[in-house]
Amino acid sequence: MADNVYDAIVVGSGISGGWAAKELTEKGLKVLLLERGRNLEHVKDYVNATKGLWEFPHRGGRTQEMINNYPVLKRDYPLNETNLDFWVNDKDCPYTEKKRFDWYRGYQVGGRSLMWGRQSYRWSPMDFEANAKDGIAIDWPLRYNEVAPWYDYVEKFAGISGNKDGLPQLPDGQFLPPMEMNCVEKDVAARIKSHFKGQRLMTIGRVANITVAHQGRTACQYRNKCWLGCPFGAYFSTQSSTLPAAMKTGNLTLRPFSIVKKVLYDKDKKRATGVEVLDAETNQTYEFKSKIVFLCASSFNSTWVLFNSATDVWPGGLGSSSGELGHNVMDHHFRCGAGGTVEGFDDKYFYGRRANGIYIPRFRNVNGDKRDYIRGFGYQGGASRQGWKRDVAEMSIGGEYKDALTEPGDWTIGMTAFGEILPYHENSISLDKDKKDKWGLPVLSMDCEIKANETKMRKDMMEDAKEMLEAAGVKNVSTYDNLYTMGMGIHEMGTARMGKDPKTSVLNRNNQVWDAPNVFVTDGACMVSAACQNPSLTYMALTARAAEFAVNELKKQNI
Amino acid sequence: MDRREALSRVALILGGTVIGANIFLEGCKPADKKVMTGLDFQPEDIAYLDEIADTILPTTAASPGAKAAAVGTFMTVMVKDSYEEKDQKIFTEGMQKLQTACKKKNDKDFMACTPQQRHALLVDLDKEQKDYGKGKKKEDPEHYFRMMKELTLLGYFTSEIGSTKALRYVESPGKYDGCVPYKKGDKAWAT
Repeated sequence: MADNVYDAIVVGSGISGGWAAKELTEKGLKVLLLERGRNLEHVKDYVNATKGLWEFPHRGGRTQEMINNYPVLKRDYPLNETNLDFWVNDKDCPYTEKKRFDWYRGYQVGGRSLMWGRQSYRWSPMDFEANAKDGIAIDWPLRYNEVAPWYDYVEKFAGISGNKDGLPQLPDGQFLPPMEMNCVEKDVAARIKSHFKGQRLMTIGRVANITVAHQGRTACQYRNKCWLGCPFGAYFSTQSSTLPAAMKTGNLTLRPFSIVKKVLYDKDKKRATGVEVLDAETNQTYEFKSKIVFLCASSFNSTWVLFNSATDVWPGGLGSSSGELGHNVMDHHFRCGAGGTVEGFDDKYFYGRRANGIYIPRFRNVNGDKRDYIRGFGYQGGASRQGWKRDVAEMSIGGEYKDALTEPGDWTIGMTAFGEILPYHENSISLDKDKKDKWGLPVLSMDCEIKANETKMRKDMMEDAKEMLEAAGVKNVSTYDNLYTMGMGIHEMGTARMGKDPKTSVLNRNNQVWDAPNVFVTDGACMVSAACQNPSLTYMALTARAAEFAVNELKKQNI
Repeated sequence: MDRREALSRVALILGGTVIGANIFLEGCKPADKKVMTGLDFQPEDIAYLDEIADTILPTTAASPGAKAAAVGTFMTVMVKDSYEEKDQKIFTEGMQKLQTACKKKNDKDFMACTPQQRHALLVDLDKEQKDYGKGKKKEDPEHYFRMMKELTLLGYFTSEIGSTKALRYVESPGKYDGCVPYKKGDKAWAT
């Protein structure tokens, strides 16, 4: 094989790209994995992973210089001193906001799999049927029973700890032993269960942290420093899991600093022939050839590549013939809920820093419940005891004050809802050819907002939290809505949706671009609706499924 | 701190400001102004801030105080690097105001005062900042003593001494137990 010829090219090395690389190499394909950012080696490059807070000059906080240098990242919690190098340089990689859109990116080997929240939930039969049932957007071309074996498959490898709860709206999976709820969470969970007669359930989060040794990786040590990179490999990331598996095959070539500019397209054969790469360090352009291309560059960047591809055939880019490329942007809206204090557990505490919380699966618009909006939301949260940041109102300064602050304070419990955003055609991204990034490439322009369905849902997202906490005997319950802007969920989805009809979708039921069947898009871009569960596990399942399909098609010489 | 933890911090803000938390979560204000570079804290300034901090959180039988944790230096780092220009001004002017208040009350410099005199002065100033805070609108300037107190708490409890001697810290707990007995006097976990 010539140096630049491979069986498959995978664009992007995050959760989806890592899975594509693993599956395709394990099936014997020679794979080139392209990553636009730097290499980041497992363990060795987790430079802050074992530091105490006191080893950071600003104790993990932010400086004015950081705030000036990161105009997007500063908008929420991601801007911080402890893992700044894992986040994109906002100034090198600008974008246009017709409406405010928060885009938190990670451009390095592993992508955001290094910093992700690790909450891992299956979608349910109801989620795959929702669009058809509600008569909105388009129907999913898949049903749960087709995806379920792939959920099984990826859960077994990734290692998801969780409890089997037997809920139709949140199917159980191949779980490692669940983490434990603390005593307050257990008490609140029991009271919610009894008050709502089992219609609402608080359970432990299902999380991609391994609770027992798994696949050669060490079990979670309860350090709660996951997003600095885990020296134990105890949570699923490209580095801890899929990359070593792909490397082991001997079939993988990883090329960092490789910005894919376009998919090369042969209009006579109606097939992709490879990709064009801009070397981010040297600015040189290279062509790499392959039989198939997997776009896993994160939802918007996969679509960016499509926008820039085959423009001599379709001015809007490869996959634009349906008129849906770049449309139907989704995310999860959140940042509202409730919290309060819990009495009666002053003689109880916990040991260890659990990198996980509680989860309350969706209960709205299921089991006969009907609201003035469609779809629903789930809650994440947890109980803890206050530390030194609490105010001790009756005290001022001095030795007694100090010693009082060294003891834990009240137990508190809080929960935040994550709600479904509907796929609106007009919520879209497009190319802004007037603005260029550091490499002279046109940038994306965002034009998205939430609408009436989401706004109505937010009322329940606050009030239901209050209702449950109060029913559970929690005191001083207060609600909050810290306002949400599209993108803040860091669950951006859509822009190249799957479907049954090339006239209304960009991808078919096997994640193939209708207009170039040897191009697969398997990251969040492919999503047809958003459900309310954290989406990464579904990307893993769809990627593994598409990889098997692609290899079978190659064998049959269909692509 | 990932998102889950950021959210749980929100849940902790109940009926009161979380002292010290603003630097983690409220970086959203536009801050296009040039970072002030003229903050030239001298060793005597640091010694002065150390004594203020050590009056807020002194050495007790249980653990060393703020001076031992070099909180004076920490305050200057935070004021220089993390504060907006207007807050830098409030802080540095506040260092003077505290001195003026001290002379008025004790007829001598803060550094020349006994620990008891220092304590009494800062109790007054803490009351002053709490009263000021009650009527304060969000856009009103912060009180300098609140800044000093916040930075002292943050600097101390996230220092190695604060984390390991005043609080309990286990780098790698190895397990999670959601229900262990607690008796009054047991220390809280750091972080």
